[in-house]
Amino acid sequence: MTGKKQPILRTEQLKAFYILEVQGTQKIVKAVNDVDLTIYENEIYGIAGESGCGKSTLLKALFNDFVPPLRLVSGKLYYRINWEKEIDVTRMSPEEMRQLRMEYISYIPQGSMSALNPVLKLKETYKDFIGSHLGSQSREEIFELAYKQILALGLPKNILDLYPHQLSGGMRQRVTIALASLLKPRIMIGDEPTTALDVVVQRGVIQMLRTIQENFKNTIILVTHDMGVHANIADRIGIMYAGKIVEEGTTEQIFGNPLHPYTQFLINSLPKFGDKNVRHSVPGSPPSLADLPTGCPFHPRCPHALEICTQQMPGFSYPDENHKVACWLIGEGKHEQSA
Amino acid sequence: MNNLLEVNELSKQYSQGNVLARITLTAADHVSFYIKPAEIFTLAGESGCGKTTTAKVVLGFEEPTSGTILHNGKLQTPKEKVWITQGVQAIFQDPFSTFNPLRTVDRYFFETVQNLILAVNKQQAIDLIDQKLRLVGLTYQEFAGKYPNEFSGGQLQRISIARALLSNPTLLIADEPVSMVDASLRMSIVNLFKKLRDELGVSILYITHDLATAYYVSDRIAIMFRGNIVEMGTVEQVLMNPRHPYSKLLRDSIPQADPSKRWTTTVTLSELEQEEYLRRGCKFAGRCPDVMEICKGIVPADLNVDGVLVKCHLYSDKQEI
Repeated sequence: MTGKKQPILRTEQLKAFYILEVQGTQKIVKAVNDVDLTIYENEIYGIAGESGCGKSTLLKALFNDFVPPLRLVSGKLYYRINWEKEIDVTRMSPEEMRQLRMEYISYIPQGSMSALNPVLKLKETYKDFIGSHLGSQSREEIFELAYKQILALGLPKNILDLYPHQLSGGMRQRVTIALASLLKPRIMIGDEPTTALDVVVQRGVIQMLRTIQENFKNTIILVTHDMGVHANIADRIGIMYAGKIVEEGTTEQIFGNPLHPYTQFLINSLPKFGDKNVRHSVPGSPPSLADLPTGCPFHPRCPHALEICTQQMPGFSYPDENHKVACWLIGEGKHEQSA
Repeated sequence: MNNLLEVNELSKQYSQGNVLARITLTAADHVSFYIKPAEIFTLAGESGCGKTTTAKVVLGFEEPTSGTILHNGKLQTPKEKVWITQGVQAIFQDPFSTFNPLRTVDRYFFETVQNLILAVNKQQAIDLIDQKLRLVGLTYQEFAGKYPNEFSGGQLQRISIARALLSNPTLLIADEPVSMVDASLRMSIVNLFKKLRDELGVSILYITHDLATAYYVSDRIAIMFRGNIVEMGTVEQVLMNPRHPYSKLLRDSIPQADPSKRWTTTVTLSELEQEEYLRRGCKFAGRCPDVMEICKGIVPADLNVDGVLVKCHLYSDKQEI
């Protein structure tokens, strides 16, 4: 990483809850609870956490895609578009946002089978996609653009004439990534893009993401629960637990010096080759986001829990440059940021 | 000691297409392996390598095209499924689809007890169920009367292991038991397998694509590729020092949780699965970095390289098994 980096996407105390009304009683699922993120240009930012910790909802919120029952409760979300000043996108009209999607910020879904239309050949999908963003272009121009990109990414040439079901899972996932990167967006958001894939295919997909990032010098936000993937691709990692970011640092800091007990569990539970020592998974199970424990949400599972952990959520301490952690064991932290 | 399970030259073929354009895919091609009592044996490989087909045939869900399966020295025939279900139990990949969401989980337990006549009255049944649940770290109280959606994925997977244990099986067949479970909770399942092996002497056929947990838990491993076992031996030998080019590729593709060990080389992916299945000669020849002329025409023999079975022409100076 060189020089001083400009933030490209920033959130301020972002709160996005699912608000459900079931038979007159209100149920609030606090999926994104007070998240402050600053993501820079030209970096790969990884978000890690167990399933049900709110990481997919955080991505939806970053994509400014609030569909009821998901609602933006408070907080701000800024994009820096065309290197100018920051714009609060939550105030944008749906039409303005639609223009930004795929051209400025794009989304790589997890289930690539349901992302592609099964009854259309891939070239028709490409045509729909390009046509709706680049306006009236002739068929030939569209296919030429699609063809160029497919060759550049090393996918087979005849792929445009195939239906999605004729492709293997890894190939489909690579086509969705190709589509998401077609308009050279500045930010790409990936929600578990490699989770359902085999290891060798997963490696190929990660390789492709890395190539795209190196070529475009853009930002990739990658969510996955696989710490091995994070170690391989991310520049910085945020660890998410129960709707909050509990630790953030560079990949070297997170793996070399994990400070939050939850991060330590995540990393130490992974089996390694050449080491058959007994490893334990994180005790207990993740809390329900509709019924969070008081204080630090990790305290019921934490082996080092103190009295204060059950009462108050800690703020962030900064043990090192770029490294922040919310845990009473590390320090008191700044409380104005805590919930 | 006798082998608990012996699979000899097992083949399973599937036909695809219509009368005019029919192709036959050999999902499992002369697969042979054995499992000793109190041993965890791993079948590893990518999707479409035939590991689940092998498990289905061993469980009696599918008829083999050729080959034999011996349980405790007895030949498995379709008519003798009862003693198979007593001694062999299965655990499946997705704990959420193992259980019907509209039925309480405990009913599956009582049904199994009834079907296999494991208890004579309800209290005895509850005691038995409670005993098995305690083995996996749960109790009857916290589980009775609940629906599957009230448990997390890891808990449900442990519940399905407890159900499999009801009949005191000697062999568990676990098909990708941890791939749907969060990485942070995987170790609770894998540690449970170790406990079952060490304390109850249960053998486990562990089918997975996750080589890291396979290394952690198993005694011996077989790497499968497109229907063939390409390498088989102890985990130390196979995973710490892989010999077959495919095992090497698989081993190197596991993302290591260490930022200093990032991948520096690139991989070529197969374009079509079917093409590799129908390939003459060695099925890995299309992607192999060490491919030779002989690989494209002749299927390599099973060779004994320092006690490990390797199916590769690179070692043709070694003895055949």
